[in-house]
Amino acid sequence: MSIWEYANPVKFMRSSGAILPWVVAGAAICTVFGLVWGFLTPVDYRQGATVKIVFLHVPAALMAINAWLMMLVASLIWLVRRHHVSALAAKAAAPVGAVMTLIALVTGAIWGQPMWGTWWEWDPRLTSFLILFLFYLGYIALWEAVEDPDSAADLTGVLCLVGSVFALLSRYAVNFWNQGLHQGASLSVAPGERMSAVYRYPLYLSMLGFFLLFLALLLIRTRTEIRRRRLAALLARENRA
Amino acid sequence: MRALLLRDIRLAMRAGGGFGLGLAFFLILCTLVPFGVGPEGGTLARIAPGILWIGALLSCLLSLDRIYALDFEDGSLDLLATAPLPLEGVVAVKALAHWLTTGLPLVILAPVLGVLLHLPGPAHLWLVVSLLIGTPALSMLGAFGAAVTVGLRRGGLLLSLLVLPLYVPTLIFGAEAVLRGAAGADPATPLVFLAGITLATLAVMPFAAAAALRINLR
Amino acid sequence: MIELGKYAGTVLAAYGISLGLLLAVVVQTLVANRRARRELEEHERNG
Repeated sequence: MSIWEYANPVKFMRSSGAILPWVVAGAAICTVFGLVWGFLTPVDYRQGATVKIVFLHVPAALMAINAWLMMLVASLIWLVRRHHVSALAAKAAAPVGAVMTLIALVTGAIWGQPMWGTWWEWDPRLTSFLILFLFYLGYIALWEAVEDPDSAADLTGVLCLVGSVFALLSRYAVNFWNQGLHQGASLSVAPGERMSAVYRYPLYLSMLGFFLLFLALLLIRTRTEIRRRRLAALLARENRA
Repeated sequence: MRALLLRDIRLAMRAGGGFGLGLAFFLILCTLVPFGVGPEGGTLARIAPGILWIGALLSCLLSLDRIYALDFEDGSLDLLATAPLPLEGVVAVKALAHWLTTGLPLVILAPVLGVLLHLPGPAHLWLVVSLLIGTPALSMLGAFGAAVTVGLRRGGLLLSLLVLPLYVPTLIFGAEAVLRGAAGADPATPLVFLAGITLATLAVMPFAAAAALRINLR
Repeated sequence: MIELGKYAGTVLAAYGISLGLLLAVVVQTLVANRRARRELEEHERNG
């Protein structure tokens, strides 16, 4: 099971090590500047200061989805091409994606509070993110539960595939559900509202920052997983010798 | 194939096979609800469709690990995997056996429990219809979840965490059908979506479940 | 603060929780990475 012999992990460690400082720097700069800029932008008095939450909510929500999509692609690559780095990258991405989802949920709920009067509403968008969060939890739990690393990679890969289909299906079901029961009470948190340029650029910067942040964490976590597997392989070989 | 089906059904019906357990759980759950929300008829009537669907869903969940557990432990699952019958067929048959011994009895019991929960009269028919259409999906999705977690220690909780999110679309459309039936409205739309989900699940999940079984049997 | 008005509490709460979560995942990532690297290097040195 010595994965170090394969070209992929070595090349990955080398490449990721090279670009990591840049990604980290970019993440820090874009996130900090984007959030501060957005925070300091004057508000329009219609929405009040709560619109500032958009600079957290939208980037986090976007990354929550993108992280899952990345996991889906990585799982497919693993299932088809058996590149270990791919499987480990999917494993590494999950907790970060879960945190992004959580941030999206919390900020979404808090943003809606002045509108709804309650700290949570079963708004279709928020509900879909809650379901996505559950899928993340199940995925992470399965990785932890299965002992053999290759089987774990396979099973979680299959789970990611099935989960993706059902996450999509749930999105439509939830839209149907929220409209079917409460006509017109769909209080969408509406990040799609027409954004004036004042908000647009800090938002783009924050989105870029969150993306780079995800990338940085993904690279570091994948390197951690590779090192862990390398150590496990060495120990296993010694135990057999 | 028929032999496998009959064998699984017989195993489930044995004492300790869990046949009555699902029904008993359904009953207990529906009994607990009034204690939690109060016995007032109006309240119960409003939440009855959801409670009944959730109860059926959870009762289904209880017996899922049984689908493969016995065969996995005594090695028959390995034999089945190498038998001429394709593993996808084995999964389908086992899911069918689970449905016949768990899902179907729940469907029969449900209207009775509906009376307990003050389910409005016209809704009873739609309760049965929606459960009939939806419970096969529950068994099939459960067969997938059980395949992923077969042989895991304390796989039961993980099984719930994996399977329950998959149940959400079925639950949404199933409960909605009963709600519309209760209000006297036309439940056709949710029923059609429900049927679509069930059919798609029955067609596709055996492959996913068989893949998971192969991984676990390596 | 800069024109936060009556929503000051909610905005600050949102930022606080989000940044807290981000900080937590970053710290955990770095700590785990450092540990894995240290254990591997130790083993390769001794073994």
